[in-house]
Amino acid sequence: MERILTKNVGKPNSQDIEVYSGGGGYKALEKALGMKPEDVIAEVKKSKLVGRGGAAFPAGLKWEFTRRESAETKFIVCNADEGEPGTFKDRGILLNDPHLLLEALVIGGYAIGTSKGFIYIRGEYYREIETVEKAVEQAKAKGYLGNNILGSDFSFNVQLYKGAGAYVCGEETALLESMEGSRGCPDCRPPFPAQSGFLGKPTAVNNVETLCNIPAIMTNGGDWYSRIGSPDSPGPKLFCLSGQVNKPGVYELPMGITLRELIENHGEGVKGEFKAALPGGVSSSLLTNLDTKLDYRSVAKAGSMLGSGAVIVINKDTSIIDVAKNTIDFFAHESCGKCSVCREGTRRAREILTRFSNGGGKAEELDLLLELGEVMYDTACCGLGQAAMNATASAIRLFGKEFEQKVRK
Amino acid sequence: MGISVWRTKVDAIMESCGKSKEALLPCLETVQEMCGYIPQEAITYLRENLDVPSIDIYGVITFYGMLTTKEQGKYVIRICDSLPCHLNKSDGVLGIIENELGIKAGETSAERRFTLEVVPCLGLCDKAPAMMINDKIYENLTDGSIKEVIAELKR
Repeated sequence: MERILTKNVGKPNSQDIEVYSGGGGYKALEKALGMKPEDVIAEVKKSKLVGRGGAAFPAGLKWEFTRRESAETKFIVCNADEGEPGTFKDRGILLNDPHLLLEALVIGGYAIGTSKGFIYIRGEYYREIETVEKAVEQAKAKGYLGNNILGSDFSFNVQLYKGAGAYVCGEETALLESMEGSRGCPDCRPPFPAQSGFLGKPTAVNNVETLCNIPAIMTNGGDWYSRIGSPDSPGPKLFCLSGQVNKPGVYELPMGITLRELIENHGEGVKGEFKAALPGGVSSSLLTNLDTKLDYRSVAKAGSMLGSGAVIVINKDTSIIDVAKNTIDFFAHESCGKCSVCREGTRRAREILTRFSNGGGKAEELDLLLELGEVMYDTACCGLGQAAMNATASAIRLFGKEFEQKVRK
Repeated sequence: MGISVWRTKVDAIMESCGKSKEALLPCLETVQEMCGYIPQEAITYLRENLDVPSIDIYGVITFYGMLTTKEQGKYVIRICDSLPCHLNKSDGVLGIIENELGIKAGETSAERRFTLEVVPCLGLCDKAPAMMINDKIYENLTDGSIKEVIAELKR
């Protein structure tokens, strides 16, 4: 498959604007500015591109909703606050191909009708922040950002916003709260950011990887894109492979390849013997079938979720209780505390799992954990709380024996 | 550390973002970066200039992992213990460093040279186990490489 998202990775000085434009970069922007904004959105809708941050919402629809709002001031925000354990795909783009992202963001701004864009990058990404800052300066100097871009009536500026170490800020409403100078607690929806986002104005929030598909869609058309990979959720996907695998890394592959193909053909096999994998980071449920196809629908059918495509491989030497406890430690630490079911639920689950990992579990608490997972899924305000128990609940269902062995005799 | 060190930069941020709550996080991040923590003078200064009550400023500082009102060591060591690093023995990394420095996670050494933290995912999962010391990345850690790094910083 022709690489779309990582085509420039590996080129010397790929982060430089000369190298980017020398390889045909910013031509898609030129084409988009020659189209009507509505037609840009129509192409994205035709492509069937869905958000790559985890929620898989149709990207074209999100832009259309934002464009249709009557408010005069609107914003587009790029979510570069990648923090799901196991996810490191956006980092590669920010570091190696920042102009691909900037070009996409300008096209997005034009499509929804705003002259102001933001990139919210997690604070620990020091080098990436510096690289993007440089790229913004270069793009300004070349006239791809600023007033009357490429001689058109369209003007657009980008401002960088640094996160300060809070996983939950990757959730879009929490991210906007954070930009407004508050604690990053998610808001209840509706209204969605497309109606009322940053400073109460309609705001399109797009993940880095999602945006980076846009230039290719502009250049080759939505129909072309919709034929790549799986018909249900077309396009390339950046899979982040980590855990107990021989060759971890980011792999750009069509949606719908199997877990086995990813691990064996690209990751050079499991370190040890395969036990299970989390296909969408610690927010997802464990998968044990290596023949599961990695696209949104197939992974959902298998009882898990593809999320951001963070595939964490676990081998047979690893205790599944240790895995569950690690995930719940993470969520207990990152729960923002706004809704009690998540704040208290993650803590109680951590207490129970700590007992199990010390060999002092109580048998009846396994059902309690499963029930807690359901309650949190139904009632937590945001995705963090809804997904926090996924890994734990699937561990109990798939590897119940391991838990039973840790029940206090 | 003198007030003037961060004040020029904070003033510049308020100049470009406007004197509103949206400037709060960038201002706090700048003070944190320059002083290694957020001193009371900075909180007072931001309260007066941004018209945000102190309680909200404390609320923001305590919410974000990279902000603190406690003085940090010269070297802030952040060890990742999220699942990909955990599966690659990040607890061993922590053990070695605790031993080498004689402090536990969450503590700062007596002479304020080191602060040790266990943090969630740093996005270095393909190079696990990994850690950061200030803004520098250390990846694919082994017992030997960890001891080498710490010995270097102790000098």
